[in-house]
Amino acid sequence: MSVEKKVILIVDDDADFLAQMKFHIEKIGYHVDIAESQKEGEKYIEKHKPDLAIFDLMMENEDSGFILSYKIKKKYPDVPVIIATAVTSETGMVFGLNNKEERSWIKADLYLEKNLRPDQLQREISKLLKE
Amino acid sequence: MATLKVLVVDDEPGIRMGIQRILRNFCVSYPFMEEDFDFTTIEAETGELAIKIIDSEQIDIILLDNKLPGIEGIEVLDYIKQKNYNALVMMITSYASLELAVKATQRGAYNFVPKPFTPDELRAAMENITKKLFLQRMTEKMYTEGKQIRFQFLSVLSHELKSPINAIEGYLNIMKEKQVGNNIDDYQVMIVRSLERIKGMRNLIFDMLDLTRIESGKKKRTLSKVDLCEIANMAIDSIEPMAIQKNININRHFPEHVVFDADANEIEIIFNNLLSNAIKYNIENGHVDISIVQHSKSIVIVVEDTGIGMTADEIKSLFEDFMRIKNEKTKYITGSGLGLSITKKIVNLYNGDIQTRSIPGRGTKFTIKLPVKSSII
Repeated sequence: MSVEKKVILIVDDDADFLAQMKFHIEKIGYHVDIAESQKEGEKYIEKHKPDLAIFDLMMENEDSGFILSYKIKKKYPDVPVIIATAVTSETGMVFGLNNKEERSWIKADLYLEKNLRPDQLQREISKLLKE
Repeated sequence: MATLKVLVVDDEPGIRMGIQRILRNFCVSYPFMEEDFDFTTIEAETGELAIKIIDSEQIDIILLDNKLPGIEGIEVLDYIKQKNYNALVMMITSYASLELAVKATQRGAYNFVPKPFTPDELRAAMENITKKLFLQRMTEKMYTEGKQIRFQFLSVLSHELKSPINAIEGYLNIMKEKQVGNNIDDYQVMIVRSLERIKGMRNLIFDMLDLTRIESGKKKRTLSKVDLCEIANMAIDSIEPMAIQKNININRHFPEHVVFDADANEIEIIFNNLLSNAIKYNIENGHVDISIVQHSKSIVIVVEDTGIGMTADEIKSLFEDFMRIKNEKTKYITGSGLGLSITKKIVNLYNGDIQTRSIPGRGTKFTIKLPVKSSII
C-alpha cells in the first residue's frame, strides 16, 4: 500500500554532506535525487520537477545556491527551496529570509545552517511540503 | 587632475575674494602623487554657516578665521573634531597669539597662517596641507585595503574549515545514534571519510602556516647553497608511498647535483607541492617525470604528470588562494587549495617564473624557471 514517495533534490559539492543528507532524508521516507554542482543541478531542473529542493550556497560560484533557487522558481514557482550553508554571520555574510525585501531577491523559502539536526530538518521539510 | 574643495571661513569679503583669486590658477604637484591637485573654493562669512556647509558636503581643506561675528573659529574646529570629519584645517587670523595657536593645534588644526599674508605665503601653506592630505588619505586607503584582503582570506578559511567539521560531526552523530545498526563494519565508509576530512584539515593548517610565513616575511630566510637534486630526491622519497598506492612511476631526469642559492625549506615546499599534485591528480598506473636542468642564466625545473589535466579556464585561476578545481574527477581528492598559490609566491621571491601547460585527460606540466644570479630580497 505504498504511496509514491515525494522527491527531494539535494545539490551540494561536498560529497560527505550529500551522503549524510541523503541518508537522513531517505530514512524519513522521501526519495532523494542528488547533484554535485550548480551545473549538474541546472541540468536536473531542466528535465525533472522535484517536490522540494535543497541547495548549498557556495559551489562553483559564491552564490550558486541563489542562482539555482532563481532558476527553479522561474520554472516551477510552487517548488519550495531550502538554502543550506555553513556560511554564517561570522564569515561576514549576513542574510536571512526575514523580511519582504530579502525574500524578493533571495528566491528561497528557507535558509538553514548546515549542521542541522535530522529531526529539525524533518520538521522544516514537512512544513514546506504542507504535510 | 583632482580638485580639492576648500572652504574659506572669514567675515571679511576682501580676504575671501583674495584667497579665491590666489587659488584659482594654483595647482599642486609632487613626483610621488599620481595626479595634480587644484582647488575650488566655497565661502562662508560665519562659523554657523561653515558648520552647515561642512555637514552637507565633503570638504577637503578649511581655511578658518578665528574672529568671527557669531561662534568663534575655535568652536568650528571643535565641531569638526567631534564629528570626526577628515578635512584638514588651517587657521588664518590677524589676532594671532601663541595661546590661540596652541589651542588650535590641540583641537586638531594642521597649520596656522597669520593675516595679512602674501599670495606666496598662502600658496606655500596650501602646498603643505595638500601633501599632508594626500599622504593621510593614501595611508587610510592602504590600511582598509589590507584589512579587506585579510578579511576575505579569513572568511574563506573559516568556510574551508567548517565544511570538514560539519561532515565529521554528521558521521559521528550517525554513529552515536547507531543509525545503521550495531555492527561497526557498517560504519566503515563513514570512519574512512571522517579520517580523510581530518587529514584535509591538517594539510590546510600546514599550508596556512607556510603561506603566512611567506606573506608576513617574518620568518628569517636562510639563504645558502642548496642542492636542488638532493631536495628533489627527498621529496620523491617521502611521496613514494602515495605513488605506490596508485602504481605511479616517478622518473628522475636530473644529475647528481644542481646547486642554487636558496632557502632549503622553500625549495622543499615547491617540490612537495608539485609532486603531491602530480600524484593526486594522476591516473592509476600513470607516471610522473621530474627534470632539473642547469642553464647558464637559469635553472629549469619541470614536473609533468599523466593525470586528468585541466581546461584553459581552470588554469586561469589556478594560483589563487583556496582555488580548487571541482569536477567529477576531483570529487574525492582532498586539498587545501593553497599549494600552488604558495608555490607561486615562493617562485616570485626568487624572481622566477612558473608556467602551466595542460591537456584535459592527458596530463599537466609545470615549468619553473629560476634565474641564477637572482637579486633575492
